[in-house]
Amino acid sequence: MKDPKIYGHWPYRDRPKVTWPGDKKLAFWVAPNIEYYELHPPKNPHRSPWARPNPDIVGYAYRDHGNRVGNWRLIEAMEKYNIPGTVSLSVAMCDHFPEMIDTVNELGWEFFSHGVYNTRYAYGMDRAQERQMLQYTIDRIKAQTGQQTRGYLAPALTHTIHTIELLAELGFTYSCDLFQDDQPQPLNVPGNPLVSMPYSLEVNDHYAFNVFGLSPQQYTDVLKRQFDTLLEEGGTSGTVMCIPIHAYLVGRSHRISPFEEILRYADEHKDDIWITKAGDIADHYLANHYDDARTHIAQFGGSDAA
Amino acid sequence: MPLDPNFLRYPMLRKGMDHDLYPAANMFEQPKVSWPEGKSVALMVTVAVEFFPLTPNDGPFRAAGHMATPFPDFRTFTARDYGNRIAIYRIMDALTAASIPATAFVSSALIDRTPKLLQDIQSAGWEIAAHGEDMNNIHYGDMPLDVEQRQIEACLAAWSDYGVTPKGWMSPGRGQSEDTLSLLKRAGIEWTADWGNDDMPYAMNDGPVAMPYTDEMEDRKCITILGQNEEVWSQQVTGAADLLAKEAQSHGGRILHLALTPYIIGQPFRIKFLRDLLTELAERDDLWCATASDIYASWQDQIA
Repeated sequence: MKDPKIYGHWPYRDRPKVTWPGDKKLAFWVAPNIEYYELHPPKNPHRSPWARPNPDIVGYAYRDHGNRVGNWRLIEAMEKYNIPGTVSLSVAMCDHFPEMIDTVNELGWEFFSHGVYNTRYAYGMDRAQERQMLQYTIDRIKAQTGQQTRGYLAPALTHTIHTIELLAELGFTYSCDLFQDDQPQPLNVPGNPLVSMPYSLEVNDHYAFNVFGLSPQQYTDVLKRQFDTLLEEGGTSGTVMCIPIHAYLVGRSHRISPFEEILRYADEHKDDIWITKAGDIADHYLANHYDDARTHIAQFGGSDAA
Repeated sequence: MPLDPNFLRYPMLRKGMDHDLYPAANMFEQPKVSWPEGKSVALMVTVAVEFFPLTPNDGPFRAAGHMATPFPDFRTFTARDYGNRIAIYRIMDALTAASIPATAFVSSALIDRTPKLLQDIQSAGWEIAAHGEDMNNIHYGDMPLDVEQRQIEACLAAWSDYGVTPKGWMSPGRGQSEDTLSLLKRAGIEWTADWGNDDMPYAMNDGPVAMPYTDEMEDRKCITILGQNEEVWSQQVTGAADLLAKEAQSHGGRILHLALTPYIIGQPFRIKFLRDLLTELAERDDLWCATASDIYASWQDQIA
């Protein structure tokens, strides 16, 4: 297979103008990953969950810090600037830490599915298994929070060739799994309309801290530059910026204060930006831009010619 | 072919943790503690005093810092030994100058290998905590129970013969098997530094108390694994001290753990950053500088 053919080539230049509510230039959303990693995950034949044999208490405790400590610091910081989270949720958290899920649900945060555990990879699932897993997460989020799940980010970004079409089949409206764009765009799969929602690996705190070794302040500076560029470009046509984070990283005692700076920065720009949640961005896009975008994309041919 | 159906079964899906080692908790809902003289933050400095054998263990992983090249890895062996003969004295002087005590995690093999260093550690007033016999003695899942038991007993017997009774324990490479905690508890260990999931101590169901180990601010992780410069490393420590002191106002005493590795931070070109950091910390009036066991004892007195 040369191309999964899930979206068409669509150059950034001269696209139909995207407008956001209130004529804001940038749709800004924050995605805390609230995750559960298992101490004794089953073996997936394609990827080992931990560097060491179970129980890998070093890796496990590193993530557990987010649920005991970091998330609570992060929730307080987000509340301080009145910025809602769109939670990338290991759905098992509904069982393991229901108080945390109920707390952020009451704050009006949105939840999207991030699989059951971040140690249950989709690699190797057949279509029926992946569909069953996805349906389970939809049902469990609904039961815990009353919310209808609209979005997906595969657990640990583990996909199958069926993932995207299953999302459309099951009524998801957005996928955070793809990294080709700074604007939403229609995905070319049968079923309900589905958009690709800009998330980001480049400004993901995992890459910032554990791959690039950035200091807390450097990460904030990276986020500000990302923000400034996308806000400027949003003057031409509305852009999206996501800050994808993990409380076990930004919620550490040496990082939470510098991280707060980017939340304050967003708050200071609230006349120009739409501080929102991913599901609302998808809804607005589907209602106002989706059809025009499909028509526009069609003229470029390329990989969209399924 | 589909995945094994067990991959879609979740036997430990339940309220709380997916194991029985310790209960789930929210650090911000724990009883408040106060430190001596009303200090906000207990500064817990630990120093890794490790012996890495030239022939490394075969097991499922090697401890960080262990031999890296094919045998004989003279470069790593001697570079680690540098830590125990040269660099550690720079750290000792820096801590003494700042009047900051420390807890040393010492491989018991060093009792015989570096007797003068052991005396100097004790003369400096450092606490000695157990750290296995040497860095080959890792603990890992499914290891034979009798092997692990002998490993722990041999280490603690060596300390006992030396006249030291360690209260604390850090496993080489900080790995544990399913049995490590209960074995350590039965061997009389009161606290471990293997768990990095909290900023405060917490009780295990059947094991020693977990003292907070902050690997995110280790010199080893920051400087040699992530490649941060020394200034960034020390700024993170002082930033953490500020945040923890702020939290202490509403949540009770906090702990700032600073993990030092002689062969890293004790290099001639790096020691300045440690000296400056310790001077800055020592000048604060909100820190209680204490050994891990003293912090543990104060916490235990208030919580138990």
